[in-house]
Amino acid sequence: MESLFESELKVINMGLEGFAETLKERGTAVMHVRWQPPAMGDDDLLSLLDKLK
Amino acid sequence: MSKIDQANQEAVKKMMLSRPVWVDIGRAKDVIPGMKDNLFLHAGPPITWERMSGPLKGAIMGGIIYEGKAKNAEEAEKLAASGEIEFAPCHHYNSVGPMAGVITPSQMVFIIEDKEWGGYTYSNMNEGYGKVLRYGAFDDEVLNRLRWLDEVYAPVIKEAVHLAKGVDMKSIIAQALHMGDDGHNRNRATTSLFIRTIAPFVAETEWGKKTEYDAPRLDLSNVSDYFKDKKASAAAEVLAFMHSNDLTSLNAIMAACKSMALAAHGVENSTVVTTLARNGTDFGIRVSSTGDKWFTAPANVPDGLYFSGFTSDDANGDIGDSVITETVGIGGFAMAAAPAIVNFIGGSPGDAFEATNEMYEITVAENNNFNIPAMDFKGTPTGIDVRKVVEKNIVPRINTGIAHKKPGIGQVGAGIVKPPMEIFVAALRELAK
Repeated sequence: MESLFESELKVINMGLEGFAETLKERGTAVMHVRWQPPAMGDDDLLSLLDKLK
Repeated sequence: MSKIDQANQEAVKKMMLSRPVWVDIGRAKDVIPGMKDNLFLHAGPPITWERMSGPLKGAIMGGIIYEGKAKNAEEAEKLAASGEIEFAPCHHYNSVGPMAGVITPSQMVFIIEDKEWGGYTYSNMNEGYGKVLRYGAFDDEVLNRLRWLDEVYAPVIKEAVHLAKGVDMKSIIAQALHMGDDGHNRNRATTSLFIRTIAPFVAETEWGKKTEYDAPRLDLSNVSDYFKDKKASAAAEVLAFMHSNDLTSLNAIMAACKSMALAAHGVENSTVVTTLARNGTDFGIRVSSTGDKWFTAPANVPDGLYFSGFTSDDANGDIGDSVITETVGIGGFAMAAAPAIVNFIGGSPGDAFEATNEMYEITVAENNNFNIPAMDFKGTPTGIDVRKVVEKNIVPRINTGIAHKKPGIGQVGAGIVKPPMEIFVAALRELAK
């Protein structure tokens, strides 16, 4: 694990963009992937979506 | 492929096969089926007089005065609230109108025929920028311009479109996307092509050759010294007006888009959105397989650039039927074709590409009529799927003008607005029943 931080970091960040921005500000190479739980994580909406597949 | 996916493919195929052609101009009460003397059409979903926002109330009051039903604002307001005037969405009459979208019984309208599926759609004449009825302004300057539009402009272009034997609107939109327009908020190319197509016929009209007539005149003295102390021909007035107003083509484009959206409506099992519209108070959608039912929620205020002297405190809620463009895959969905639009609505050219790319996430097809050169001629994202909107938590991106919240002031800026997610959730619940 320690050796990971001794080498040059290349980060893929998923979800909260703030983490990617902080890393960018520190000069770390980062690629941000926009991701969020399907249907806002709402079980009711997910069951409706299942019905409409 | 599931039956819903198949239905969505069918709906979008019908949308893309629609062939809207501008064929005529006519008086609303004579040509729009069901239109009558006390019926005023407006943008967006249904709304009562009491719940209307400032710009819509202003446009209705101006329309009442224009129709000769009241002499001043006070009388017009009283009549509007009396129940004697009926209000209905343009969409209920196969019509669309930008911003307040008010179409009064006597106003002249564009008539678009769908040469593929049959039927007609309608929109009013665009008045230009500044103080205009569609933003709720109704002083003498506004009403005189409306009279000129109905009494000079409309008859000239009516004669011209007859001579031209129709104008193919889909071809104009497709070309304009290759010339830096999005088809909603940037219309410089669309209007240039529109003028280029109709101008020779305008010059040939009998009406256009007149220099003396009993109707309001358009002052061309600011166009060129040539027109100072000289009565221009009606054709010169019409062409100068078209040139002065980049939005000249917008209303006809919108009616063409309505034609395409209508073609996709009524496909059993389809979850494709066939109407997006706002009345300044509510945002509403309708879906292909759920008939005429509206799903509505309070409209958001657009985020954008404001004209000098105005701020977001002055802004009205989102308003207008012009979002019919996004419904069929142009406007905000084709922003990557129009990077210069960011001068008008804010952001960077990169944002324009991001907007288009994001819309592929919530649509069912790449348009086979409209494409984007800078994206290797990829078809624009077309056919909003309610399921994808809810699943991805991504709402349609809409480019829009911003109206002042008080009637009579007009446009105060332009920007981007997001529809409320609740309307897509409500539609999803209905579809799942």
